[in-house]
Amino acid sequence: MTINPTKPTGAVKTMKIRDNIKKWLAYDYDLDAAPVMPDPVEPDVEAPDISFWRSLRRRGAHRALYYVAAVICSIILASTLILTVSGMPRYGEDAEFMDTVTYEYLAHGMEYTGAVNIVSGIILEYRAFDTLGESFVLFCAVTCVLVLLRIDDGKDDVSLPCHDLTGDVILSRTMRALIPFIFIFGIYVLLNGHLSPGGGFSGGAVLGAGIILLSSAYGEKTSGKFVTERTFRIVTTSALLFYCVGKSYTFYTGANGLHSFIGNGTPGNILSAGLILPLNVAVGLVVACTMYGIYRMFKERRF
Amino acid sequence: MGNLIYNYEEAVALILFSVGFVTLLFHRNMIRKLIGMNIMDSGIYLFLASMGYIYDRRAPIVEGGDTNPVNYINPVPASLVLTGIVVSVSVTAVMLSLAVRLYERYHTLNLDEIYAMSRRRSEHR
Repeated sequence: MTINPTKPTGAVKTMKIRDNIKKWLAYDYDLDAAPVMPDPVEPDVEAPDISFWRSLRRRGAHRALYYVAAVICSIILASTLILTVSGMPRYGEDAEFMDTVTYEYLAHGMEYTGAVNIVSGIILEYRAFDTLGESFVLFCAVTCVLVLLRIDDGKDDVSLPCHDLTGDVILSRTMRALIPFIFIFGIYVLLNGHLSPGGGFSGGAVLGAGIILLSSAYGEKTSGKFVTERTFRIVTTSALLFYCVGKSYTFYTGANGLHSFIGNGTPGNILSAGLILPLNVAVGLVVACTMYGIYRMFKERRF
Repeated sequence: MGNLIYNYEEAVALILFSVGFVTLLFHRNMIRKLIGMNIMDSGIYLFLASMGYIYDRRAPIVEGGDTNPVNYINPVPASLVLTGIVVSVSVTAVMLSLAVRLYERYHTLNLDEIYAMSRRRSEHR
């Protein structure tokens, strides 16, 4: 077998292509980077072949390929969904989705849970464990935001510039008129969760929005009267603990047929429906504190 | 096409879902990807809410001790939507804070540029 010295072998060719790619990348993206030194070539060792994707990238074709694949994916997804919809039972008709579970909820829900609002009875009595998980998801989210965005020492101030509305005349005057109604509405929705549409999440969201508006109109000094970091910690942890302990008690007594001192009361009264009212309050406090905490973290990067 | 004309509400919900999916695929900006994900969530909520609706029936709040299930719509999708909303709010908050951190490090929100820069840095290390 003879070797032609003028014709480069496969390994040398690959090394050249790799060098070109490195130069191209360095030119394109990082002007201050250290100069790229070519790797010492050892002729006996087979150089690693450049991948298919890298060669595509060199020609700029990977983007086109990506878009073609994305268009095909989207068309397939949309047509599959539309076909599924056309095969479903008609909208607004009593389908077989109203199965025994739903009938059970509607027929005996008020009797078993004491809540007039069946949805509230489902989420805080039949599926209370699920709602506890939701509250913990919110708590974990605000903890993640705290870990990611918090600045502890004042010197490392890298927060992005933010449009500050504190002291704005229109906003502060409007808020002075509106804030009592916002808070009263939030508390109403919170406390009537078992009687009317609403409940812990919606009432807590209204309360949290009210605190956020207060803080954006009057600054953190005014809103600090409601929520500081200390109250945030105490309120969220104690509310979640109360939820755990109360619901464990009800589940334990209910599963073992023991007598529970928490009665259902008369459905329709404000003090009825067992633990649903206190659990609504606990969930609402967690939601309000979480919303305000997330807002503070994004705005000021500290409490 | 079967019941597509009657199921217009579900169809609109799933078109909304597809719009969010396309936004997720075709934009390189992370904030736009986040908005696309929220549009997908809204499509899912609309789909669930329309699945639970039944003509000529009331919301599942008992009035006057009337516990006949024939008079009320399906309450289960409403409670599922509640779960979905909470989870989507949490996910949005975490993703936005991650986007803020990435912007502080790379001074851009374009995912291609972030990817290229991070690869350059790891090659020089």
